[in-house]
Amino acid sequence: MTIAGDPAKPASRVSHVPNDGTAEAARVEQARKEMLSDARPLKRTRIGADVVCEALLRQGVDVFFGYPGGVVLPLYDVLGDYPELRHVLVRHEQGGAHAADGYARVTGKVGVCLGTSGPGATNLVTGIGTALLDSIPMVAITGNVAASLIGKDAFQEIDINGITLPMTKHNYLVRNADELPRVFAEAFHIARTGRPGPVHIDITKDALQQETRATHPTEAEVVAGLPGFRPNFDGHPRQVRLAAAEIARAKRPVILAGHGILHARAWDELRAFAEKTQIPVAHTLLGIGVIPEDHPLSYGYMGMHGWKHVNRAIQSADLLIAIGMRFDDRVTGNVRTYAPYARIVHVDIDPVEIGKNVAVEVPIVGDAKRVLEALIPMVEAVDPAVRSEYFAELAAWRTESEASRWHGSGAWRDGLLSADYVAHRIGELTDHAATYVADVGQNQMWLARYTGFRQPNSHVSSGGLGTMGFGLPAAMGAALGRPDRETWAIVGDGGFQMTFQELMTLVQDRIPVKVALFDNKKLGMIRQWQELIYAGNYHSAHLLGPDFAKLADAFGIPARRATRPEDVDEAIRWAQAVDGPALIWFEIAEEQNVFPMMPAGKGLSDLIEEWGGVEE
Amino acid sequence: MSADADSTAPPPAHSAPPAHSAPPAHVAPPAHSAPPAHAAPPARSLPGSGPERRHVIAAIVNNKPGVLNRVASLMRARNFNIESLAVSHTDAPDVSRMSITLRGDDVLVEQATKQLYRLIDVLKVQELTTEPTVEHELALVKVRATDATRAEILKVVELYRGRVVDIADGSVIVEATGTEAEVDALIALVRGFGIKELVRTGTVVMTRGAQSIEEATKR
Repeated sequence: MTIAGDPAKPASRVSHVPNDGTAEAARVEQARKEMLSDARPLKRTRIGADVVCEALLRQGVDVFFGYPGGVVLPLYDVLGDYPELRHVLVRHEQGGAHAADGYARVTGKVGVCLGTSGPGATNLVTGIGTALLDSIPMVAITGNVAASLIGKDAFQEIDINGITLPMTKHNYLVRNADELPRVFAEAFHIARTGRPGPVHIDITKDALQQETRATHPTEAEVVAGLPGFRPNFDGHPRQVRLAAAEIARAKRPVILAGHGILHARAWDELRAFAEKTQIPVAHTLLGIGVIPEDHPLSYGYMGMHGWKHVNRAIQSADLLIAIGMRFDDRVTGNVRTYAPYARIVHVDIDPVEIGKNVAVEVPIVGDAKRVLEALIPMVEAVDPAVRSEYFAELAAWRTESEASRWHGSGAWRDGLLSADYVAHRIGELTDHAATYVADVGQNQMWLARYTGFRQPNSHVSSGGLGTMGFGLPAAMGAALGRPDRETWAIVGDGGFQMTFQELMTLVQDRIPVKVALFDNKKLGMIRQWQELIYAGNYHSAHLLGPDFAKLADAFGIPARRATRPEDVDEAIRWAQAVDGPALIWFEIAEEQNVFPMMPAGKGLSDLIEEWGGVEE
Repeated sequence: MSADADSTAPPPAHSAPPAHSAPPAHVAPPAHSAPPAHAAPPARSLPGSGPERRHVIAAIVNNKPGVLNRVASLMRARNFNIESLAVSHTDAPDVSRMSITLRGDDVLVEQATKQLYRLIDVLKVQELTTEPTVEHELALVKVRATDATRAEILKVVELYRGRVVDIADGSVIVEATGTEAEVDALIALVRGFGIKELVRTGTVVMTRGAQSIEEATKR
């Protein structure tokens, strides 16, 4: 590429100047430009840092999240020459990793984050682990000290390669700029192909600075160079036939739809399959959105905090057709008592998941979309009348479960605002068409249960690692990934206080996230477990918080407080009308629990259903 | 063990692996047409809870820095219990070979092979437990020796086709090769004299016959 001497930025580039528009800001910006134009050579050679930028652009990256530091400065030194590559300066590397994760979840593309060596790298670790447990395609880039200093305990040196080794799909340490094109092409290929996951690239400072003429490989060359990475996409035809035979015999089948459907973009196929076979669809937490929740065959959310009727259906099923889910302990509870009458067909692209947590009768290793495409023509179309008895029972269970008191539990409990009502209203007032990003804990379960999801990839939640503090930064990435949708971050006061520094990133980069803060002045899920399992020993469950309206104001974010149900709709509409980020401080009931709940180690039939918090 | 050894010799080499004493854990409970209202449902089997036995796995891996670390880290993180792990070059300079022995039920070991396959640097994995194989390991044993016992040690070692590779004042070093059981047996016999030091390579394994895991590896 040519490096122009003119440092002028294209008009489309987002300004990074605070107080943009003021005379002072214009003066600072002018001074900065003059400084840059003096410092920047008119012509320079292509170095490793250029290769990184080229590779990101070749992979279709339009935005990435980073934080500079000593050893990655060579990269920041050339970034200005690639104006198409938007860099979002986060306030903490963990926020950058979660933002890349949120971006990947709503777009299906690979999210990219960057940190420097040492603490910059270790700060990324939580975000990388979050991506691993939820199979999110991500490339995390770190700088490291010069190759000659590696192993010498140099300033900001840590063995980050050793740290990320067990928590990535693959990782690299690059000591030579000539390797960068191949490594980046491989990393993106590995991150997005088969079961997605995070890949980490550690680059020594000298590799970023070296001059190089290495060219970028083609996708075919990348595949040929990775003989140990050959995911299987097509289900074995014999196994697909066996699955069709199981489906033909089943009287009480249930589809268990997971995140794999979203990764494979197989929601249309899932729907066609369910409709043709007339089989109800239950979904996992990360499977939210695989089928619109108002679809007649959508039966709901399963597992520890899932709907009772869904868990009942699973416990009485004679066939489970599990697609793109891993029978996580939050889904099965005690495996020995899980779905005791059911035979299991298990479709997953990762062979490891087959037989890992539960024994299955018909394993199919393959991509959810390809397997469903093969399966649909092999199954008989079922007349709904055939299942009338089964459907009547399911409908009765559902009515019973939804009518019970923990559902949409009304606005008032002893004069307090209830969280499920707020989650419900956010869903309604956004026409179920926004991106909804959860933090972790009770807020996550309220969102999952009561918001009502209609679209794939509209729900973002740290399911596997359960990373508190995920919500706000992930929403940042989700909003940049899908600017056509409103983005709501539903966070508790606990998780919010872990990462709220990213509010400043929202302001600086003008990212219009609407933050719905559920403040019960508690670590709510901790309090709930302590109430129900630890005999009310509420050690460290009470959480002092700041005046969140003043906090938001200090960041320059408009905020509003809502304490009564009649405030809720107005506050949501107010936030929607704000041009840019906004925060609503919902002061919710302090002792509301999420019910039903399956205690850890118990089975799906052992749900705690009683309202234990605020007495009625 | 050598054919000319006496009849009290340890178990013969290459003995067949123990037969399945119980059905594999993944056999499903019988299907029920509909759940009876009150009957106690049958318990679902738990993967990994079947009878344990020793398994041998061969893995062909890229000869790159850190690959051993990846394999070891995976085994530790997934809670697989490695008994031995031997690594070496193959005839191809860019490819190494690992022989891994571990204990667990069949489902667990299948998990281990599948987990190994997930590593990008692992090219081919083969479970060799039920295959006809040649399995060998090498041990060096430094045995305490006095003028009174030295001759007896040498005799025992010779009888078991071990080799004495070093004789010093007060000790001899015995080299033993053979299956794990054969090496165990020789070590047990010299233990009475006093073992000063012991090192074993871990089992290396190769299938009998013309088939080749290396040739079967997609390159």
